[in-house]
Amino acid sequence: MSGIRVLEAGPRALLVELGSGEEAEAFHAELLRRRAAGELPAVREIVPGARTVLLDGVEDRALAARMASWTVPPLSRSAGEAVEIPVVYDGPDLADVADAWGVAVDEVPRIHARTEFRVAFCGFAPGFGYLTGLPGHLNVPRRATPRTRVPAGALALAGPYTGVYPRPSPGGWQLIGRMPAPETLWDPAREPAALLGPGARVRFVAAEATR
Amino acid sequence: MSPALEGAGSAGPAVEGAGSAGPALEVVRAGALTTVQDAGRTGWAHLGVPRAGALDGPALRLANRLVGNAPDAAVLETTATGCAVRVTGARPVLAVVGGAGCRVTVDGRPAAWGAPVRVPPGAVLEAGPAVQGLRGYLAFAGGLVPEPVLGSRSADLLSGLGPPVLREGDVLPLGPALSSLAPHADTVPWPGAPAELVLPLHPGPRDGWFTERALRTLASAAYRVSERSNRVGLRTEGGPALERAVEGELPSEGMVLGAVQVPPDGLPVVFLNDHPTTGGYPVVGVVAEAALARAAQAVPGTPVRFVRA
Repeated sequence: MSGIRVLEAGPRALLVELGSGEEAEAFHAELLRRRAAGELPAVREIVPGARTVLLDGVEDRALAARMASWTVPPLSRSAGEAVEIPVVYDGPDLADVADAWGVAVDEVPRIHARTEFRVAFCGFAPGFGYLTGLPGHLNVPRRATPRTRVPAGALALAGPYTGVYPRPSPGGWQLIGRMPAPETLWDPAREPAALLGPGARVRFVAAEATR
Repeated sequence: MSPALEGAGSAGPAVEGAGSAGPALEVVRAGALTTVQDAGRTGWAHLGVPRAGALDGPALRLANRLVGNAPDAAVLETTATGCAVRVTGARPVLAVVGGAGCRVTVDGRPAAWGAPVRVPPGAVLEAGPAVQGLRGYLAFAGGLVPEPVLGSRSADLLSGLGPPVLREGDVLPLGPALSSLAPHADTVPWPGAPAELVLPLHPGPRDGWFTERALRTLASAAYRVSERSNRVGLRTEGGPALERAVEGELPSEGMVLGAVQVPPDGLPVVFLNDHPTTGGYPVVGVVAEAALARAAQAVPGTPVRFVRA
């Protein structure tokens, strides 16, 4: 760990800032481990971000100083539940992504499907996970002009992230495919409600087009 | 880095039908924006679920207390124009209209505001347009009992969870009243709407992203409540834009209730209950939760000042 910084976010919350996304994921995993072991004081929400973890509803203010001295083991790549998501790689931005990556169009699905992803954090909509795993040289920009409507299940890339839209919405990410059964992403009647919760390991599996 | 320009609302689950002969409300006049709200949906922010819940928490709890409910039972939250509901079922229902000040009638006859009112079966309880404040709360003995989602009956307008915004003709079931006894309090003091909204601000976590001058400006400038305010955030206007010391995009991070986020136009936005759980604009400071009830009642145009907490 290259060091952590604990910032106050109002009187009841602490924002822990880490040196990188990978360190933030490791720190988040450590928080969950300590909570499961009964070693963490009461905290209402633990919300990971790109390089931070927010602890909201913190009563014990001394926690900030204690966290700064924790020894956090590096993220175990085999930790976390593995989820396989069948997708059809037929998105309208495949050619643009192939250009950005400097590969042939049919290489994009192959590279994407052999990548092991992790849900770094959620946001934007219930059940929307920001997945990391693609190496830095495969980052792509958002589209210059966002689409007014992206269908539910759209598999999309932007910056270092991959995501699947849980429901139709406007969107500016590059669309490379679709998940034929997007309703499984979010179901508040199910436990857990989100298929892609923070820390989950994810692999995309190329499926035949059925529609 | 949001995957869209804006959150898209989607229809939530359908409101449960009255079906049986149990007590219920039938919406006669929905008003500008009336939603079901309770204490909200906490514990799910890590999945991208906003907390939702009544914007004026003390008004929610006081209204419930006056009709003998648990403090966090579900009520109706109205916006500016009130609403009207018919009570159906076999028995009278004890109700209270509080929060924003307004005219209250039962079947057209004047009734008490801010105190329990007995509404006979078939009668219409109307909360008129707000004459003071913005958000009214209508509590009913037994509470509203549409199907809960993730432990709460609150409508979340950012992500569309919970019961949809009320429309004329909707039927909302009521739960059984906890007690047939009259509540202990019948008249209580309700806070008035603020003539000026003074918000105590705890600096950080991203005050370092702004210039020293911007931070001094924020502590002294006069803003107004913008008409573009909603349950997601209280937007400000009419004051100086806050100058950034750090340019570029902030990697998405968790957001708390009361966070004062500064979007590219430089005008502070105070996050209210339906705020997104993560965001990429820097938060210059946080308004403590206790001060947000007054923000919920500040009508557009109300002067706003931020003071050091």
